[in-house]
Amino acid sequence: MALSGMRGLSVFISDIRNCPNKEQERLRVDKELGNVRTRFKNEKGLTHYEKKKYVWKMLYIYMLGYDVDFGHMEAVSLISAPKYPEKQVGYIVTACLLNENHDFLRLAINAIRNDVIGRNETFQCLALTLVGNIGGREFAESLAPDVQKLLISSSCRPLVRKKAALCLLRLYRKNPDVVIVDGWSDRMAQLLDERDLGVLTSSMSLLVALVANNHNAYWICLPKCVKILERLSRNNDVPQEYTYYGIPSPWLQVKTMRALQYFPTIEDPNTRRSLFEVLQRILMGTDVVKNVNKNNASHAVLFEALALVMHLDAEKEMMSQCVALLGKFIAVREPNIRYLGLENMTRMLMVSDVQDIIKRHQAQIITSLKDPDISIRRRALDLLYGMCDVSNAKDIVEELLQYLSTADFTMREELSLKAAILAEKFAPDLSWYVDVILQLIDKAGDFVSDDIWFRVVQIVTNNEDLQPYAAVKAREYLDKPAIHETMVKVSAYILGEYSHLLAKRPGCNPQEIFSIIHEKLPTVSNSTIAILLSTYAKILMHTQPPDPQLQNQIWAIFHKYESCIDAEIQQRAVEYFTLSRKGAASVDIMAEMPKFPERQSALLKKAEDTEADTAEQSAIKLRAQQQTSNALVVTDQHPANGYPPVSQLGLVKVPSISTVDRNSEDQGVTQANGTLSVVDPQPLEPSVDVLGDLLGPLRIDGPPGAAAQSDHNLISGPEGATYVEETLALAPVGDQTNNVQPIGSIAERFQDLCLKDSGVLYEDPYIQIGIKAEWRAHHGLLLLFLGNKNTAPLVSVQALILPPSHLKIELSLVPETIPPRAQVQCPLEIINLGPSRDVAVLDFSYKFGTDVVNVKLRLPAVLNKFLQPISVSAEEFFPQWRSLSGPPLKLQDVVRGVRPMSLAEMANLFTIFPLTVSPGLDPNANNLVVSTTFYSERTRAMLCLVRIETDPADRTQLRMTVASGDPTLTFELKEFLKEQLVSIPTISQRPATAPPQVQPTTSPTALSDPGAMLAGLLH
Amino acid sequence: IHFVLLISRQGKVRLTKWYSPYSQKERAKVIRELSGLILTRGPKLCNFVEWRGLKVVYKRYASLYFCMCINQGDNELEVLEIIHHFVEILDRYFGSVCELDLIFNFHKAYYILDELLIAGELQESSKKTVARLIAAQDSLVEAAKEQASSISNMIAQAAK
Repeated sequence: MALSGMRGLSVFISDIRNCPNKEQERLRVDKELGNVRTRFKNEKGLTHYEKKKYVWKMLYIYMLGYDVDFGHMEAVSLISAPKYPEKQVGYIVTACLLNENHDFLRLAINAIRNDVIGRNETFQCLALTLVGNIGGREFAESLAPDVQKLLISSSCRPLVRKKAALCLLRLYRKNPDVVIVDGWSDRMAQLLDERDLGVLTSSMSLLVALVANNHNAYWICLPKCVKILERLSRNNDVPQEYTYYGIPSPWLQVKTMRALQYFPTIEDPNTRRSLFEVLQRILMGTDVVKNVNKNNASHAVLFEALALVMHLDAEKEMMSQCVALLGKFIAVREPNIRYLGLENMTRMLMVSDVQDIIKRHQAQIITSLKDPDISIRRRALDLLYGMCDVSNAKDIVEELLQYLSTADFTMREELSLKAAILAEKFAPDLSWYVDVILQLIDKAGDFVSDDIWFRVVQIVTNNEDLQPYAAVKAREYLDKPAIHETMVKVSAYILGEYSHLLAKRPGCNPQEIFSIIHEKLPTVSNSTIAILLSTYAKILMHTQPPDPQLQNQIWAIFHKYESCIDAEIQQRAVEYFTLSRKGAASVDIMAEMPKFPERQSALLKKAEDTEADTAEQSAIKLRAQQQTSNALVVTDQHPANGYPPVSQLGLVKVPSISTVDRNSEDQGVTQANGTLSVVDPQPLEPSVDVLGDLLGPLRIDGPPGAAAQSDHNLISGPEGATYVEETLALAPVGDQTNNVQPIGSIAERFQDLCLKDSGVLYEDPYIQIGIKAEWRAHHGLLLLFLGNKNTAPLVSVQALILPPSHLKIELSLVPETIPPRAQVQCPLEIINLGPSRDVAVLDFSYKFGTDVVNVKLRLPAVLNKFLQPISVSAEEFFPQWRSLSGPPLKLQDVVRGVRPMSLAEMANLFTIFPLTVSPGLDPNANNLVVSTTFYSERTRAMLCLVRIETDPADRTQLRMTVASGDPTLTFELKEFLKEQLVSIPTISQRPATAPPQVQPTTSPTALSDPGAMLAGLLH
Repeated sequence: IHFVLLISRQGKVRLTKWYSPYSQKERAKVIRELSGLILTRGPKLCNFVEWRGLKVVYKRYASLYFCMCINQGDNELEVLEIIHHFVEILDRYFGSVCELDLIFNFHKAYYILDELLIAGELQESSKKTVARLIAAQDSLVEAAKEQASSISNMIAQAAK
């Protein structure tokens, strides 16, 4: 074998294998790398053979997991070697070591192109393989025509043409525009007449990619695909070497059926009939056989046929055949088939009306929920979730609850979320829903995200009949010896609101309720203590006539927390204490309004309007979340009633403050009714804003900050006006003359997403576009979730990215149609080439009925996404700071009109970006020193240092110095920080720049002047 | 197919091929995550693992795990048989292949994989054709070697 010539490589591999431990291996590798490095340095003395040997060694070392950061150049240079052996090694190693974004690759484009257009067939093959495997956009631009020529050339042998087909497929994925030229569809159709099955297989892959993007141009290929399928299924004229375990190329069969699934229908009756004959044969003629490989291959074909049948929505008869088959599959022993059976049943639910037949298999599916294989359990859970409806919800949810206690940790969160959603969506009565959620919290409190308990509180608040029941239940759970903290939160909240409804029951007088709740206080965290304080205040207010003993107890607690270090708790304690001491007057005020009638009715209506939608939307969200199975992060905190978004923690402040708020002014009433206040930038429809809705009732009462703020708004018209203007200025690019109005403010959603990595980018009555992003160094992966909210499909869906010059963005194919109630995911790859504040725009359009909607949305791929926090010590900081002396690397600016915030708040704000604040580096306590790393392709990882000097006497101005090793970066970062610190007028600032959940207790208004606020509220 | 991985039971990487762009760091992370996920799976489970919104189809042959990563919607069994197809070709080439063959001749494994997949798509489903092409490549390399030695001979002689 050819290896005999490379003794050095074999020796090295044996050495590595003989290393007794990792240390030794590393030593050996380092020695070898040193050796290779020296040899590469004196390149003159190297023969091609030696180069080849070293390059292989590098690849081997690389495979072992070591960093090989040199020698790429040598590998690439072998590509232009004149002889085959060297060239081959150069191509293969380059394709393994580098990825498409690597700079060295660019250097090789010419050499590669020469091989592609050269006469040497073997060289052509090598070049096409490399381009097919790692070619990027630039390759597409410079090579596409040449590759096309090879593919359709009649003089090329099949081995070149099949490579050309797949190479072209890659180039098409990278840059569709340069590949598709006029008349290509005819060429494509000709390619399908190919006799060589190798070439045909590759061409079919190319066709799949083409029709997936735009089937309209390729209708002429459809009958040919059917012909190919007929030929294969009849085993007509298929050479022996292309049968696999007796099956005529299963892969080509699968691919052909895949291509057919991209055509919406088949109109020609003859073609349709032939296709259905083939499908029928596959469905009926596939038996389980002993040979594993034959079995897999035939079932691969069978499952693809199932998918095609589902797609063509054939005569009911065939559909029920499919369900019958799947029902058989989910009960077999072979785990692969069981898995696929469950998976395909779930898919089938989405496309056709077979729910009732699938329900017959419910018992079997529930058994699969206990399968030893987590892959199968996940499928079963998904399927149960999908097939749940009013008729079987009770059974399924109870199964899920039961399973919860034994489920793996990795699944519990998803499980509890799904159970919660189903319980709400299909609850036969609401008390059952409350039971389920409380059980959920009891059994898996750690895995119950906040939204779940927010939601149950919301529903209880909205349903008066439910309140006594919920209060009884909450009281019961409190008797349990050890309960989860979330349970403490819910019970405390519910009992704070409604325990007076139970007062006549044994064990439920205010004193008793208070005691049992207060028992929990020592064990809970600050956020819960805050809720407990509210509950105490509520209990106190509801106790009529006042119970002096209880009062003293509670006052003592308030008094104790008046000096609490947690500002949130402190504030509550102070306020509640003062309020409850107002004596008879305040009791009167408080007694007047225990139930917020108007608000409640508004909520009730809202709940009625959106019950179905809410559940559906959370389901879509959920699917999005499943990706990483994170908690259902509250992705959008859009105000449902004109208040700016507030923190989750803030929401919890509700009970007491709202009372106050009510008492002081009637303004709350108007807002609660959904009447929009002047400052509201965009008419929001509370009923459709899903998450706003989710958090609605809690928020609706408003935290002190918001209350104070709205107060403020009413007084100061002009400022409100600025807000409106500003929001409009921030509104999406281009005018939106659509009939369909977006839900929520697009600008605010964008601002939010600039600081978060997941959330809703856009929503209107038909579609919701969610985003989930991952950022690594200068790369980003954005997943767009396009969720159709309706029961009719959205058509002519188009998404175009208009990237700024510093971002390289690739959007994967966006399907033209989004089926009803379905969600599609479109990954978007982003590469940051250099520092800039320009923003990429997504030009998105679709059609629903007669409405054509076109929006241009800014994508949150902004400068700060490419920052990573880094902490810098004094020893590192000062030399660096000094070495970057003066412009253009170091820039200084005096910034005026900074919105006033304390230093701690500013530090907080920076941390979100994320920049690292290094306290103590600057001797002056009024200054901040901040560091971060910026990543882009051009600058690589680059350290940025920032110093902020503030003036304690005048918080509206500061001096900022920014330094980095790149002038553009320094400038852009400086401008970026400036924008964050000043640009947005006071009212919208907080939500826009610093999501409150990060610094919930320090919202400026609340902190700066609680006294004034209180005074205002109380007159 | 986004990438192909060959991992030994001890978690050693025997071959990696990336069709989607992953940086060096990401590659290391993927390998770490997947070894943890796949090597711990019992023998009687299915050959599919759901991972980061994608699916990994894997199959164990003796001490080696062959893994291929695909999209959610792709046909899993088809890919499973691509793996087997690859193994059969390796087997035919090396004559009853074992892990050691692949360690010492890892470059051969890369050649063969390149004849089987391009851009993460199957390019050739005939074992015979692949075998023929690899044999042709081998003979090209051999021929070049002979030629080199004969030229050097000639030069050596001429220099005399």
